[in-house]
Amino acid sequence: MAAGSMTDEITVDDLAVRVRGVTRSFGERAVLRGIDLDIRPGEFVALLGRSGSGKSTLVRALAGLDTAVSGEIYVPEHRHRAVGFQDARLLPWARVIDNVVLGLSRREGRVRGDRALREVGLAGHANDWPKTLSGGEAQRTALARALVHEPALLLLDEPFGALDALTRIRMHALVTELCARHHPAVLLVTHDVDEAVLLADRVVVLTDGVISLDHRIDPAYPRPRSRADRRFAALRSELLAELGVEETSAPDPAHSLPPSLEPQEIPT
Amino acid sequence: MTVVDRAVAEPRTAAKIPAADARVTAAPPGLVRLPTGSTDHRPRRLVPRGVERFLGVVLLFALWQFASHVGWLSPRVLAAPSTVLTLGWDMLRDGTLGSALWASLGRVLWGMGIGVPLGAALAVVAGLTRLGDDLVDRNVQMLRFVPVIGLEPVLILWLGIGETAKVSLIVIGVAFPVYVNTYSAIRQIDPGYLELARVVGLRRPAQIRRVVLPGAMPGFLVGLRLATAVAWLLLVFAEQINAHDGLGYLMIRAQTFFQSDVIVLCLVVYAVLGLVTDTLVRLVEKVVLRWQPGR
Repeated sequence: MAAGSMTDEITVDDLAVRVRGVTRSFGERAVLRGIDLDIRPGEFVALLGRSGSGKSTLVRALAGLDTAVSGEIYVPEHRHRAVGFQDARLLPWARVIDNVVLGLSRREGRVRGDRALREVGLAGHANDWPKTLSGGEAQRTALARALVHEPALLLLDEPFGALDALTRIRMHALVTELCARHHPAVLLVTHDVDEAVLLADRVVVLTDGVISLDHRIDPAYPRPRSRADRRFAALRSELLAELGVEETSAPDPAHSLPPSLEPQEIPT
Repeated sequence: MTVVDRAVAEPRTAAKIPAADARVTAAPPGLVRLPTGSTDHRPRRLVPRGVERFLGVVLLFALWQFASHVGWLSPRVLAAPSTVLTLGWDMLRDGTLGSALWASLGRVLWGMGIGVPLGAALAVVAGLTRLGDDLVDRNVQMLRFVPVIGLEPVLILWLGIGETAKVSLIVIGVAFPVYVNTYSAIRQIDPGYLELARVVGLRRPAQIRRVVLPGAMPGFLVGLRLATAVAWLLLVFAEQINAHDGLGYLMIRAQTFFQSDVIVLCLVVYAVLGLVTDTLVRLVEKVVLRWQPGR
């Protein structure tokens, strides 16, 4: 009895995101149609979907950037949320460190900013201008900017979409490590099935504005996840099928890197 | 043969890749050989770029001096540079040029000191709020097409013939280019940056300070540059009406007394002043826009 009410309380209170019946239309077109979604603290959810499936719309709604949605959205309060965009979106006129601490008070900013930059391996770039950074460095700066808020919820809208395959692998490793250390709840929007399988605890597929699949990845499939694991191939096929992609016998060459290129450790 | 020539001319390059040129053979059928082996560094300049730019001006003056000297240019039409220089020196020593310059400079500084912030402030109001946009922008865009010089009679009617009318003319003239360029720069700021500012929790004033103003800065500086030119232009005009000091006054008096050398001197002073203010704005740009690559 007592144990029952305890679990009840946990399921009610212990949430990082609660979405109920969220709908969004642009004119005649309904982009989101009655989304229900709960994310627990520390849970890493990958949101997969084809382009136009409404995944970015959902993330923008969770970020508080779209108030024209209908339904109920509960998220942690403002200072415990962070957003990573597809373009790193660094202010070009502010130095790297000033981009990282944007929104923090001067007093708390410097120390936390330096620490965050160290964590993403950019300690030496604090005073650089964003336009001198490579694409990967810019995204790492954006990650540092998200981390500096010590978010309870981290929303990532295709943050690795514009990166080359090698840089993306290193970013995956970095994100895995950072999440293991800070364990925020993460909602990662992606169209990359491999990325979803490698990083997430749970994969949610959005099809035409409805959640069509909600799959918890076997907790026994350990991190860092290997593409060589047979569970990888199985999951990948299932998700691709859900997304309506006929899988060819040979895997995508862009993603089949030799094992020696799999990241072992994060450079910090 | 080429190999030998190169070895003599550029021993360093030749030493680095000794075999490359030696193995050159006939082109395979259907292929052409692309030019290779040029050096990365641009050839060293005989004269530095800055001096070279200056050289053009010197050349122009030399030609002018020569033309006056041999009598192609009558002093009544255009005084020789040497005459103008001597005159300038004399007028500096007796204080006429200094006091005229001082009076003119004061008017320009007042005019820009009021007009530039005015234009920028209106642009921020119109660029950031819908109400401001509706109330300000339409009006400014309309008034922009009224020739500023045409306002001078009205200004004199309202403000008298004193300093206020002259400075006001410059204020109005300067505010427009600053407004137009700053406004369009604010409108062109990537909305993603504003979204970011909201996401990281910046409030409205901080959004303006951290995103809007720095984002609009390049446009503002273009406006500032145009404004300096407008300021000097309007100054001459304002000073030719009912002034008793300033460069424009010197010119109008010289016209009355057929002193072509004084007129030319004033024109030269204007040119120099224009150059100086432009250099100043460039300097400001260099500091303020140092985040832009290639600066």
